Amino acid sequence: MSVLVYTESEQGKFKKVALEVASYAKAVADQLGTTVTAITINAGDTSELGNYGVDKVLQVTNGDLDKFNANSYASVIEQAAKQEGANVVVLSSSADSKYVAPLVAVGLEAGYASNVVEAPSSTAPFTVKRTAFTNKAFNMTSIDTAHKVIGVSKNAFGLVASSGNASSEDFSPSIPASGVTVQSIDKATDKVTIADAEIVVSGGRGLKGPENWGMVEELAEVLGAATACSKPVSDLGWRPHSEHVGQTGKPVASNLYIAIGISGAIQHLAGINASKVKVVINTDPEAPFFKAADYGVVGDAFEVVPALIEKLKAFKAQNA
Amino acid sequence: MKILVCISHVPDTTSKINFTDGDTKFDTNGVQFVINPNDEFGLTRAMWFKEKQGANVTVVNVGGPETEPTLRKALAIGADAAIRVNTEAKDGFQVAKELANVVNDGGYDLVIAGRESIDYNGGMVPGMLAGLIKANFVTNCINLEVEGTNATAMREIDGGKETVSTSLPLVIAGQKGLVEESDLRIPNMRGIMMARQKPLSVVEPTNASAETNSVKFEKPAPKGAVTLVDPDNIDELVNLLHNEAKVI
Repeated sequence: MSVLVYTESEQGKFKKVALEVASYAKAVADQLGTTVTAITINAGDTSELGNYGVDKVLQVTNGDLDKFNANSYASVIEQAAKQEGANVVVLSSSADSKYVAPLVAVGLEAGYASNVVEAPSSTAPFTVKRTAFTNKAFNMTSIDTAHKVIGVSKNAFGLVASSGNASSEDFSPSIPASGVTVQSIDKATDKVTIADAEIVVSGGRGLKGPENWGMVEELAEVLGAATACSKPVSDLGWRPHSEHVGQTGKPVASNLYIAIGISGAIQHLAGINASKVKVVINTDPEAPFFKAADYGVVGDAFEVVPALIEKLKAFKAQNA
Repeated sequence: MKILVCISHVPDTTSKINFTDGDTKFDTNGVQFVINPNDEFGLTRAMWFKEKQGANVTVVNVGGPETEPTLRKALAIGADAAIRVNTEAKDGFQVAKELANVVNDGGYDLVIAGRESIDYNGGMVPGMLAGLIKANFVTNCINLEVEGTNATAMREIDGGKETVSTSLPLVIAGQKGLVEESDLRIPNMRGIMMARQKPLSVVEPTNASAETNSVKFEKPAPKGAVTLVDPDNIDELVNLLHNEAKVI
């Protein structure tokens, strides 16, 4: 009867989104008057989950699951839900969780709501608020099946500390054969990813050419931020596609988004709107981004950004 | 190889989003509808398989007659045939069940859908379809090659990409990268004329049930005005971000 939450880890350490979905699961469990069970796969120490409301952890340790595989992971989550009699399964919005969630929903014959931003507004009918129209609107959605799968938007619900202890038990589900085999993974381990970043620094066509990205990268480094870019910049080949954020690129839901030389086309704003605080630096005071931003500097990026880097370095030195 | 490309009929990316009927329905007044951008990358990749490997390409949509111009556009781009499942799309699960029926009837080897539609953003139809028809599945797909019944695909992951090997039958959820923006095709007059002659079959739904229900829409609260900082006073920006916004 408990709420089941899939808490993702990387190299044995829980991701921040794992703690966020645990917090969300706790809120749902409180509304339903039940407990939270987490399912972990090769996670190592699970005691941290107790601090975010998890009562019990089903711990899977299996070398065959070292590499993520959607079918196998979905099957593990489904078997855990069945063992626990869980009617609600909560997942994050990471690339892997979004891959797994629809498969879990089919396995459990569950209604699935993705991009959910708040705890349920009611549990009968079970109703959640999700983003729609690429962040241009919200949609209240009821999930009408006995089993329910919820995908929680990143950085929307936040971390909610809770005092408790999570008991842990080994769980050994059967692992189905999978028809998809990972051949190679190409992942920069020294860079902050857009998906995990608290701060994203993004550049647009106003930067005039790829040779001018040094200051964007330096600003990102000072802030511990990920770098991103607008669609024209990736279309022109100035920056890799993986940095393109916006409606057809990656979504951004960071705490701080700094847009440099980006005018703010509606498609761009849709993709970054979920960020909490937006700063725009642009020479054109009429740029639409100023209507969407919290803070703005009307000025030449080639003067403003170096000044900002210098001031931030001084700020860091002072607050170190 | 028989390819089915799933086409969502969505408001143009620049559309203003409004609602009617007590905020329960999307206001289509004055809205231009287009092929969902993520689906268009997939359709264009399907054209490559048609031209280089002799694949047969069918496009499908679950929706009312109003979606037919969007299907005709896909035919004008080069698809061989179109299917419209004649029912209102209510949720991802219902659409996936209707599509599963089309796939089982047509014996398709490869289904290409978009990572998500830009209207409902559910990101669930391709995965659910794969689960229902027990096909292999790769999401966030940015590259796809097929040789015989073997496929190699690249998937975008958080912070990088991974290459996977798999086999048909296969469902992929594609996005930009599958082809480049510059590869997208604008239908020419000949394509538009030919599209009129191509078969667009309307099939009746299985009346699969929806598992979720859209209750109401809300628009985000209007934003306050921007706080402008003088470019000669960047200290103030650092100060605001630290003390007011508390993000650094």
